[in-house]
Order: sequence, then structure tokens, then C-alpha cells
Amino acid sequence: MSLYLSIAIIVLIFVVIFQIAKASEYVSILKGEENSRKQNNKINGFLMIAFLVLGFVGVYVCNDLYFGKTLLAQPAASVQGEKVDEMLWITLAITGIVFIATQILLFWFAYKYQEDDNRKVFFFAHSTKLELIWTAIPAITLTVLVVFGLRNWFFFTGDAPKNAMVVEVTGKQFGWIFRYPGKDAVFGKKYYKNIDPATNSVGIIWDDKFSQDDILTEQTMYVVKGQPIKLIIGSRDVIHDVGLSHFRLKMDAVPGIPTTMWFTPKYTTKEMKEITGNANFAYEISCDQMCGNGHYSMKGIIEVVEQEEYDLWLAKQKPQYYTAFPDKDPEAAKAAAEAAKTATADSTAKKATAKN
Amino acid sequence: MSHEAALHTSLGHDDHGHHEHHDTFLTKYVFSQDHKMIAKQFLITGMVWAVLGGLMSVLFRLQLGYPDASFPWLESILGKWAKGGQITPEAYYALVTTHGTVLVFFVLTAGLSGTFANFLIPLQIGARDMASPFMNMLSYWFFFAASIVMLSSMFVETGPFSGGWTAYPPLSALGDASPGSKTGMDLWIIAMALFVVSSLLGGLNYIATILNMRTKGMTMTRLPLTIWALFFTAILGVLSFPVLLSGLILLIFDRNFGTSFYLSDIFVNGVGALSNEGGSAILYQHLFWFLGHPEVYIILLPAMGMVSEILSVNSRKPIFGYMAMLGSLFAIAALAFLVWAHHMFVTGLNPFLGSVFVLLTLLIAVPSAIKVFNWLTTLWRGNIRFTPGMLFAIGFVSLFISGGLTGIWLGNAALDIHLHDTYFVIAHFHIVMGVASMFGMFAGVYHWFPKMYGRYLNNSLGYIHFWVTMAGAYLIFWPMHYEGLAGMPRRYFDFSIWESFKQFAELNRFISTVSMIVFAVQILFLINFFYSIFKGRKVTTKNPWESNTLEWTTPINPGHGNWPDEIPEVHRWPYDYGKDGVDFIPQDVPVGENESSH
Repeated sequence: MSLYLSIAIIVLIFVVIFQIAKASEYVSILKGEENSRKQNNKINGFLMIAFLVLGFVGVYVCNDLYFGKTLLAQPAASVQGEKVDEMLWITLAITGIVFIATQILLFWFAYKYQEDDNRKVFFFAHSTKLELIWTAIPAITLTVLVVFGLRNWFFFTGDAPKNAMVVEVTGKQFGWIFRYPGKDAVFGKKYYKNIDPATNSVGIIWDDKFSQDDILTEQTMYVVKGQPIKLIIGSRDVIHDVGLSHFRLKMDAVPGIPTTMWFTPKYTTKEMKEITGNANFAYEISCDQMCGNGHYSMKGIIEVVEQEEYDLWLAKQKPQYYTAFPDKDPEAAKAAAEAAKTATADSTAKKATAKN
Repeated sequence: MSHEAALHTSLGHDDHGHHEHHDTFLTKYVFSQDHKMIAKQFLITGMVWAVLGGLMSVLFRLQLGYPDASFPWLESILGKWAKGGQITPEAYYALVTTHGTVLVFFVLTAGLSGTFANFLIPLQIGARDMASPFMNMLSYWFFFAASIVMLSSMFVETGPFSGGWTAYPPLSALGDASPGSKTGMDLWIIAMALFVVSSLLGGLNYIATILNMRTKGMTMTRLPLTIWALFFTAILGVLSFPVLLSGLILLIFDRNFGTSFYLSDIFVNGVGALSNEGGSAILYQHLFWFLGHPEVYIILLPAMGMVSEILSVNSRKPIFGYMAMLGSLFAIAALAFLVWAHHMFVTGLNPFLGSVFVLLTLLIAVPSAIKVFNWLTTLWRGNIRFTPGMLFAIGFVSLFISGGLTGIWLGNAALDIHLHDTYFVIAHFHIVMGVASMFGMFAGVYHWFPKMYGRYLNNSLGYIHFWVTMAGAYLIFWPMHYEGLAGMPRRYFDFSIWESFKQFAELNRFISTVSMIVFAVQILFLINFFYSIFKGRKVTTKNPWESNTLEWTTPINPGHGNWPDEIPEVHRWPYDYGKDGVDFIPQDVPVGENESSH
């Protein structure tokens, strides 16, 4: 009902506007087309300068309302991010000056040189000097930006420091899986045909001796403040993207082609809660590459913690090998009650069927 | 040579002109071979798509602006796609994808260069028709067929394709990964293949016509800048569209015949591991963007050309720096082929390769800057008439500046690594490519409507249309830069679970509301357009804008063949406005004895 009502109102408004516009045409014929054309020209000339002024007011208001919500209003959470922010500011300054200058010229000229019977236009078809000036200035400015940008780019994409902690990130529809190499600091080999959603979500080859202490977690990744972290990124199905807006970085997760990214976190999650004044703050991993109908819900979390807390967390993690083969778990063997064993096996089997 | 060619065709077509009264309804309005009628066919089909594509954006903006509200009427229109009055994620992604595909290809490629290349090339170079009117007709009908197939994809059970207009595999290759990638994707590929054929038939014709059929005296450097822009556009299309087609053919093979061009190491939930190994999903992106980036300029260049022409005519001043404008068009067209990987900085591309693309991408800013400064200088000390066409041309320059400058941010890989696929990108390309080119198209329609239909569009409605759209475009897209700087990702159905992004709910509602108002005003334009075709104020002089170019030497309602008698001979460039104190000197006026050279 309300739909029909709003459609009726819109139609009514259209009819009114249209009739007024038609009427203005007849009026202009009565008044003399030349006169009314000149009058319209004056109105539009005035609107040009009004648009310029209101536009800048709008930019100011928008900035006032929303700058505080952008990431530029808070410190970058990684060393890389600080460089990104620095570049953002430089680029903003340069493009901002050009933006203001050219928009003022455009609308000012439009206003100033609106039709006037007394003006004789200036026949000015070309000037090599002017062309050279506005070829050279942009070229020089852009060279500066390219040099700045590439220095950072090679730093971002360059090798991670030797002491970097390595974590493997795997995207899937619609979530994230993290693998830590365990005590031996080497990832076991994997092959996608070994994937079993219940017990082996990334397809680890259990025969590889490096694989048996690998730790798998889902949705939340723990990293240590101040220690460089290198991500080895892959995908199980379609292309995803590890988007880390607070660290100012992102990298695609492509099936079959591993990619890497490294960064050094500067603040723990707890510290960041204080800095942003938001008790719910979290380092969210957003999927930044269209990956299907659940794309918008593909969220992961990075917990940045101090070393001690990380060690405590790590100590609680059990290698995935023991989830896959509960009978090989030394702790389970210690407890060793027959009944308990069958129960675990049952539940695993159930899980597997449920997922399928 | 061009003289001979023109003479030859003029004879051929004179024949045709004499038999014009034999045209039936079918040959005059449907299977027409008159370039002017084909242009109108492209324009009106493009307008239908623009309305559909715009309506789609209104629907998904409804979801973004009011994620919690329920609109029962949506369910009555969309059925299962809007259960309980709320758009489902499936429908949302289908709408986003189709909006992108339709606007980029069907509206801003076919609707823009299809319309104006067809309409203006023969009229402005002084030819009776295209080099091959039959191929030209085929070009439209292939586009029409593409439209029908694309439209039909919206009615299949599993929905239209919903993986984004770029259609990256594996998502686009695997029906099990997304229902939209089933039959919907097959139809999408077929529609795009037909579309590529259409644009090749058109493009070859445009190039052949411009090179061979110019009238006597119309040397290449006497061509209006519109023609130069359409010429480079056609070359870009002819060289890049086949690459898209090849990419899509490989995709068909992967989808239907078990090959592994793009697929490797894939495990699909609920299906299991696929047998494909050794393919590269990134290969598709190279093929796609090898078209995709020139495509941006296929969209933008015609708008630039028309804006150059309209600014000059209505400033009553020559376009400043004709040769520099031409050189920068050439530079942009050439660089367009060398920057495609800047869409792929975060795909794991070799960083060195990335650095080359940074350099080449930012290089494009130089010819773009030249164009902007030349447009500004054209206005300087002119005598400006604010026709609706002129307003849209000025709006184009403003938007091109705003959107072009953010390109300098995104083209720099070190910033793209942060801003890639955020709302910042949406703001950037909508302003510089979407809305700006749309403004170019509006400018063209308002300016050449009198030539198309022998009547004027209503001016007052044109002014309302311009000012609301201009203000609306900035109100919609300017704040999106801020969302992007907060890292807010594109193509999200809902932000409510995201601590980092849900803070923009109120702003999203504002943007959605403005977008609906702007859409409503476009309807006003449509009413103006169709009403004025039949009832608009009649054009009473041959040359209503007092313009120099040849199309205004034809009769008010030119028939097939354009000039009833001989095609005028050209004696000068098209921008003699205000020369020696004379307001304008059309191209067919011989150079006077005492005339100064420019």
C-alpha cells in the first residue's frame, strides 16, 4: 500500500515538474527566446560558483563527520602500516592541492566567462610553452610519488627478516584456517587431495615427519607483538584475500599458487582497545576478494599478544596429528580408558558425516 | 586517396538515396542500414539497459542502506530472491554483478560509442554512411542478441551469474562454489561472446570509415576531436576485445570440458577434491584485464572527445592545444595497453613486474593532466553559453579531475596494498569512469539531440537533470572515500558483524537515499527524451549551436545519405571560433584572402 502511495506521489511530482518545465518553454517564447536564454545563462553561471562554494563546504562537513572513523585517525598497527599512512598523507597533500586548484579554476572560469554581449573572446589556440609547463610539472611530481611508492613497495614485498614467525593461512568458503609449524619450525608437506574437513582441513601428508607436530586452528590467529610475522597464504577453493586493514596490508589467497606477506605488529589487541577507545576492538581479517555468497561473513581475527601470553596459548594447542589419530595421542594413551577411546572415534565419525 | 574514396561512395550512396521512399517500416526502423538509425537503436537499447542497471543499484543500495528493514513489495517483485521482503545474499551478489556487467559493457561501451561513433563519424567526416552499412547493422543486432541472452540469464532457476563483473575463476568456473556459476554463467559467457562480435564489427567499420571516407579537404588534422577519440576507441576495442573472448573460451573449456587452464588444487565444500591440477587462476586475470583496462578508456575516450567539442562550441573559442589533445589521446590509448596488471598488485604478482606497472600507470596521469589543463584554458576568456550539453561537459571535467586524482593513489602499489577492493576503489572508478562517462554521454545526447530528431530537449528539465545529478554524484561517491580509508571492503552484503565497518551504517543509509533521488531524476530525463522526440520544440535553423562541424551543414532532418546534394568540401580545421573577431567559421567555408592563420 505504502509502495503504491509513494509511487503515486513520485508520479505527481514528476507531472508537476514536467508541466512547469513545459510552461517555461511557452513563457520563453512569449518573452523572446533570446532574452530567456540569457536569463538562464545567468542563473547557471551563478549556480557554478554556488556549487563550488557549497562543494567545499560539503567537503569540510564530510571530513568533520567521517575523518575520525577512518584509519588515518588512529595509529597504524604495523611498521608497514606506518609507511602506508605516511605515503597516504604525502599523496593526499599533492593531489589535494591539485584538486582544489583545478576545481576552483574550472568553476571560476565558468562563472567569470559566462556569456556577455560585450566580451570579445580571446582567440587562443595553442601555446607550446604552456603545454610544456603542464607536461613537466605533473611528470616531476609523479616521479617523486613513484620513487616514494616503489621504495615502500619493495620493502613490503621484500624478504621477511630471518627471525620472522611463519604461519600458513588457508582461505576456504567461508572462513580461515591457520597452521603453525610446531616445535620443529617446519611445515609438513600437504596435498589437496588429502583434505578431510573434519580432521585434516588443509590436506597435510601425515607420512611426512615434519607434519606431526603441526598445529591447526580456525578463525583466530595468535601472533606476538614486535616480532615480524610471515604469512604463507593459500586457498582451498576459490580466490580469497587476506585483508588486514589495521596493518594496512592485503594479499590474495589463490588456489594452487602460494603467496606471502609479512609485517611487524606494533600494538597488542589490548593496547589497541585503549588507543581506539573501543572495548570491542579486534584485528579483523576481512576477505577482500569476491568469493561467493558468504563473502561478507568471511571473518577471521588476529590476536596480537605479548610473548608470555603467546607461549601460554601455544602450550595449550595440540598437534592436529592427534586429532586425526586419537590413538597416537600420548596423553590419551595415558588416560587410556577403552570406553573413552570408542567415544572419541564415534564423535569424529559423526562429525565427518555431518560435514559431508 | 581519401578524395577518390569519398567520391566513389558518394556516387554509390546517391543511388541509394533516390530509392529511399521504397523503405518499408522494417528496413527503415528495424533492419536499418542508415548509420543514424543504427545510432538511435544503440542509444535506446543502451538507455533500457541503463534503467535496468540503475534499478539494480537502487535495489542493492536498499540492502546496504537498510539492512534490517523489510520491504514486502520486494518479495512480490523478486519472489524467492527477496524472502520476507529482504534481499538474499544470492540476489544481492547477482544484482551487483549484473549492474557492473551491464553498465560497463552494454551502457557505457555499446550505448556510448555505439551511439556516437555511428551517429557522428559519417556526419562529421562528411560521408554518406559507414564503410559497410550491412556490417554496421549486424553490429547492432549482435548487441541486441547479447542483450537478450544476458536478460534471459536473469530468469534461470539458479539465478544469473553472481561472482562480480570481472568473473574471476575458480568462482566463475565452479557451479558448486556458487549457484550463479551454473547456467547463469553459461549465459553470461554467451552474451559476452556475442557482445565481443558486435564491438568488433562496429570497431572495424569505424576505423575503415574514418581512414577512407573523409570528404575532400578533410585531412586527418582537420578532424574534430570527437572523431579522433572515437578512432582511438575503436582501435582499443579491436585490439583488446578478442583477448577477452580467448579468456572466456578457455573458461568454457574449464567449465564444461574438464580442462585445467585456470584450475588447480581445489577442494569444494560438499563435493570434495577436484581432479584439476597445474592451472593458474591468475592467467585469467591477465587475459581479462588486458581487455579490462583498455575497456576503461574505451568508455572514457568518446566522452573526452565529445566534451572537447562541446566545450569549444559553447565557449565560442577554439579548443586549446589541438595537437596536444591529439597527442594525449594517443598517449592514453597506447598506455592503456601497458597498465593492466595494476588491477593485480595483490595477487602475488612478481614485485618487480608490479613496479613496472606502477611507473606506467602513473605515467597516464601526465596526458590526463594535459587534457584537463587544456580544457580549463579553453574556458578561459571564452564567452560561455550554458546549454544543458555544456553543463554536462563542465561536470565531466570536474568529475574527471576528482576521480583521476584518486587514480594516483590506487596506481601506486604501496597504497593499493591497503586500499585494494575497498570502497575507495568504488568511489574512484564510479567517479572517473562511471559517472564521468555518463556525463559525457548526457552531454552528447543534449548536444546532438536536435540533429537526431529535429527537435530540442526541454531546457528546464535539462538544467534540473544536470544540477541534481551533479550534486548527487558527489554526495554518493565522495563519502565512500572515507569508508575506503577505513578499509571497508567492496561487495559485502552486510556489515553488521564487522566491528571495523559497522560504524558506517548511518552513512550508508544517507548514500542509499541520495542514490534513489538521483535515479528518480534520471527517469525525468527519460520522460524529457521520449516526449521531446515527438513533441519537443522544433529546430528551425540548420545550425542551432552555431557550430563549425559538418553535421550542421545537413538538412534539419537528414535522410539516408545525409546531404541531399554534394557533400561539402572542407577548407579548415573545425575550431575557428572567435577568429579575427568572427564568431564562428564553419569548416566548409573557404579560407579568405586576408584571414590570419592560427
